[in-house]
Amino acid sequence: MDYVVLGAGPAGVTAAETLRSANKAARITMIGAELEAPYSRMAIPYLLHGNIEEHGTYLRQTPGHYSNLGIRYLNGHARNIDTATRTLTMQGGDTIGYDRLLIATGASPIIPRFPGANLPGVHTCWTLADAREILKLAEKGAPVVLVGAGFIGSIVLEALYARGCDLTVVEIAPRMVARMMDETAGGMLTRWCVSKGVKVLTGTKVESITQTWNGEAPLYVGLSNGKTAPAKLVVLAAGVRSNTSFLAGSNIAVNHGIKVDRFLATTAPGVYAAGDCCEAVDLSTGKPDMLAIQPVAVEHGRIAALNMAGVVTPHRGSLNMNVLDTMGLISSSFGLWQGADGGSTGKVTDEQNYKYLKLEFEGDRMVGAQCVGMTDHVGMLRGLIQTGFRLGGWRDKLIKSPERLREAYISVAQGVTHGAPASGASGPHVNTPVAA
Amino acid sequence: MLKALVIDSGKCTGCKQCEMACSYENEGEFNVSKSRIRVFDFHTEARMVPYTCTQCAEAWCQQACPVNAITTDAASGVKIVHENLCVGCKVCTIACPFGTINYNASTGKVIKCDLCQGNPACADACPTGAITFQDIEQTGFDKMRSWASVAAKGSETSGPSTPTAKH
Amino acid sequence: MGWTRKILRVNLTTGTIKTEPLNMDWAMKYLGQRGLASKYLIEEIDPKVDPLSADNKLIFATGPLTGTAASTGGRYSVITKGPLTNAIACSNSGGYWGAELKFAGWDMVIVEGKASKPVYMTIFDDVCEIHDAEPIWGTSVWKTDAWLKKQHQDPMIHVTGIGVAGENKVLYSAIVNDLHRAAGRSGVGAVMGSKNLKAIAVRGTKGVKVKDGGRFLKATATAKQVLQQNAVTGAGLPTYGTQVLMNVINEAGAMPTRNHRQVQFEGAHDISAEAMATPRKSDGKPNLLTNQACFGCTIACGRISKIDENHFTIKNKPEYWHASGGLEYEAAWALGSNTGVNDLDALTYVNFICNEQGLDPISFGATVSAAMELYDLGLITKEQTGGIELKFGSAEALVKCVELTGKAEGFGRELGLGSLRLCTKYGRPDLSMSVKGQEFPAYDGRSIQGIGLAYATSNRGACHLRGYTIASEILGIPEKTDPLETAGKPGLVKAFQDATAAVDSAGICVFTTFAWTLNDIAPQVDAACEGSWTPESMLELGERIWNMERVFNNRAGLSSKDDNLPPRLLTEAAQTGPAKGKVNGLAQMLPEYYQLRGWTADGVPTNETLSRLSV
Repeated sequence: MDYVVLGAGPAGVTAAETLRSANKAARITMIGAELEAPYSRMAIPYLLHGNIEEHGTYLRQTPGHYSNLGIRYLNGHARNIDTATRTLTMQGGDTIGYDRLLIATGASPIIPRFPGANLPGVHTCWTLADAREILKLAEKGAPVVLVGAGFIGSIVLEALYARGCDLTVVEIAPRMVARMMDETAGGMLTRWCVSKGVKVLTGTKVESITQTWNGEAPLYVGLSNGKTAPAKLVVLAAGVRSNTSFLAGSNIAVNHGIKVDRFLATTAPGVYAAGDCCEAVDLSTGKPDMLAIQPVAVEHGRIAALNMAGVVTPHRGSLNMNVLDTMGLISSSFGLWQGADGGSTGKVTDEQNYKYLKLEFEGDRMVGAQCVGMTDHVGMLRGLIQTGFRLGGWRDKLIKSPERLREAYISVAQGVTHGAPASGASGPHVNTPVAA
Repeated sequence: MLKALVIDSGKCTGCKQCEMACSYENEGEFNVSKSRIRVFDFHTEARMVPYTCTQCAEAWCQQACPVNAITTDAASGVKIVHENLCVGCKVCTIACPFGTINYNASTGKVIKCDLCQGNPACADACPTGAITFQDIEQTGFDKMRSWASVAAKGSETSGPSTPTAKH
Repeated sequence: MGWTRKILRVNLTTGTIKTEPLNMDWAMKYLGQRGLASKYLIEEIDPKVDPLSADNKLIFATGPLTGTAASTGGRYSVITKGPLTNAIACSNSGGYWGAELKFAGWDMVIVEGKASKPVYMTIFDDVCEIHDAEPIWGTSVWKTDAWLKKQHQDPMIHVTGIGVAGENKVLYSAIVNDLHRAAGRSGVGAVMGSKNLKAIAVRGTKGVKVKDGGRFLKATATAKQVLQQNAVTGAGLPTYGTQVLMNVINEAGAMPTRNHRQVQFEGAHDISAEAMATPRKSDGKPNLLTNQACFGCTIACGRISKIDENHFTIKNKPEYWHASGGLEYEAAWALGSNTGVNDLDALTYVNFICNEQGLDPISFGATVSAAMELYDLGLITKEQTGGIELKFGSAEALVKCVELTGKAEGFGRELGLGSLRLCTKYGRPDLSMSVKGQEFPAYDGRSIQGIGLAYATSNRGACHLRGYTIASEILGIPEKTDPLETAGKPGLVKAFQDATAAVDSAGICVFTTFAWTLNDIAPQVDAACEGSWTPESMLELGERIWNMERVFNNRAGLSSKDDNLPPRLLTEAAQTGPAKGKVNGLAQMLPEYYQLRGWTADGVPTNETLSRLSV
């Protein structure tokens, strides 16, 4: 059996390892597109921060990890796939045959269309190569313009702030992290950033970047508010899109990402997809969506690999969730943080102290949550949402006093006190094998 | 044989000796906010519930870690955070559906129960036998379920807990 | 080590908040909590200050073992000049608040002045803030607790504060933390109320360190074993709570009944520990659900009770259909035997209300019983009670009284004065069973001679916790003495008083001394704290504290005439039980007590004594 895993991010690495534990004898090839050891993009901000060296970003820390598992690790970009002959052709012309193929090619940052987006000193913050360039420019006191204050932008923000850059954030949406949290939370984050000396321009577009002769700030960033921000470095964090262009013309169907069924199989026999490149089911909506977060990539990688190895394992959906540390202010969001139609909400807000907790319910189940300034036992929110435990009388208590969610969790999920039975009728929505 | 913490919440008096033992073992000081085990007080239900990581087989925290800073000890099944590798990204804290891995702002790393390398200080410190360390071979959710059923049984009033003999 | 070495000083008049280093010279002489905070108070206030004026100060103080793994190491005390007694007041509480204050990094909080409008304080680690308490002023301790946790989005916050009783300056109002643990005695809640301070919410994430960790863990482990192997702390208290005493004291004929008219209560069994654990006839469920420990306590004597939902007290009040802090012995006695009421659920309800509104159940119950006697004698009429049939044995009357007292409504306003002021008003001060204005606890001084002397000489007014000679006289701890004898009691009382002052200064619970002596405690303190702490030095510390408190009281205007007992105990003999025919022999004991203390015949510490103890 020849397994080929295209991609060496979290989904690819997890898949290769899972394939190995499911099948000791198979040939496993993992192909990475970057000339690096498999690493985590999520760790790049901490590299910029100076917390870790490059090897600290590696997905696996043991030297020889892949060869010890008998996983062949190659480098290259795919040109196309012939699903009829089960052959992958690389850009250099090499061909690789497979019995089962996993596409885990991830996503790439979107380069905005404004003039100057390709000038020297303008970088995305996505790869280790990007990080090396940013590290050269992001010096203490250097004027830096960050384009985009979504989730990724905000994580990069933290790192640039820690490096002591003179930071201006430009976000087209009316608030920060608009796809992760509501106005109240986004407003708190903005106020917090401003209080730390970061200039935050929401509802503002970058119109152009031009090069000047100013050595300290050789870039001028022209803004939709009519002003200009000088910069030594411009970091682009304007969203990502799936890496699927090499599939054009194949019989592998692609929407925003590669379409997969509930076993993470694509429309081509023997070909699966996992991670940022695919559109699998969002647990909260039951609909396909691209949830570009590492835990989802890992979950996909594991489930796709099990199915490739013949261990039939349906994917019941992944939960969207994010956690952000913005210069010490920690926020997170889960599932349907926007709330459900016809649902109910419990929230408590403390603007002065940057604390916010909002819980969303549908019937007596929790379906979403967002919080600012809360870290203790925060995973219980995932527990309640993902398992869909029926809260019974606790729902009304949580609407009145959301801060009691830990009590509610222990009481309901652990079946400790009077409330719904320990195992809700639906049971935990856990992605576990159902048949060998 | 794998060993696990078995919690009989009906015996818990809420004294928090477990939290102090845990924080002393791990932090070198008495500091319940840094304890890996926590006692929840259900005041109106007359119930105190110690709660910590079950070292679940799914290892949600380990799966979520971007830099392999959480590994499973092959012999004990314990999920261990390697502080030198943890970058403090907190993804494990939102990924663990039990809420038992937590961010420690003073170190910038996460902390969780590691069963004190096979000799849990909390079980040792518990004066009533509410926390014991026993041989048990079950997976994470099974553990949780059995825990839940023990706890549910315990919701019948069992009367006051008296200290039990310690080894 | 042990100490955090930091004090928070808050002036509510000016709104200023200051951090000060702990005075370590004083810490070496007075250890912590009761001793150390009393030293601060005495150095800082005029002993003649009106307790309810802005010039009085209110100190919340932990001990060096508070917030450590020492068993019961979660105590704090509230130290101030008491409005009930006009003497130094020091009320000790458990729960979790004291440890939390320590974890926030503070040994004590000194509250000065008076806020111009109701406020509450938050102490979240280093950050202390004063907030408007308008939304919680006029609400109960329980509502305040829930409101603060919600307002600050943190269920791990621990709250201490006053209910409406403290706001209304009921003279025996308590400061209640963690819903049902209280600094109960001497009216410390009224002082908090007089300062317009509703509550202090605390959350701490710092650690408490000890001097020698290895030695400390060994010492505390050994001491925990001592508690566990002791019949009282290892079995009696966890199983029965302090209520383990109800039948014992009744049989000793030392159970004050109906305002000390009798010394045995025929209904004692109905309100005993055994009754609490026995399923009720009405609903088949027991009153007692479980026991609960305070922070760090390996004894766990606390009671968690639930009242029958159909009981007359709560039938139409679902807000009380849940478990909460149940009856301790003192409350069961004061609310029950002393008023002649044997309805266990009614007493539990009254106890709930005392916690919720912030009342000391001992002084409340004793004041009601005094009022019942006045009513019985026709000195208080039904018009004056507002229609309450204030008869001994009436659960309905008792319940009505508790509902009025905290709120200071109707007859409750008079009950809120305490028994001495109430009885004086109606012309019979002799019917107040109190010393220095503070009501007796649950042991009759005729049947237990030593405790009578302990009441008379207690620095905070009648109190069993300033020298619990019951341990020796009834329980034989550390050795049995004859409760009916006066001989040897002055020495016994002094020894208990001094040792207790040391225990109260360490951060641990006095109930440990059923099993521990200073030989068990000193090694724990010594491993935790700088300096050298031996049983001898701790006993001397206790004696130093006792004399310091005495000097303050003398300066406040108290004298040997206040070291007295009500005439009933001195002249009306016990009618039943082992002490039948006995009165308290205070006159035989007091001179010897003064002499042993190194005081003049007028009860004034001599210069020689003060310099020997370096007070």
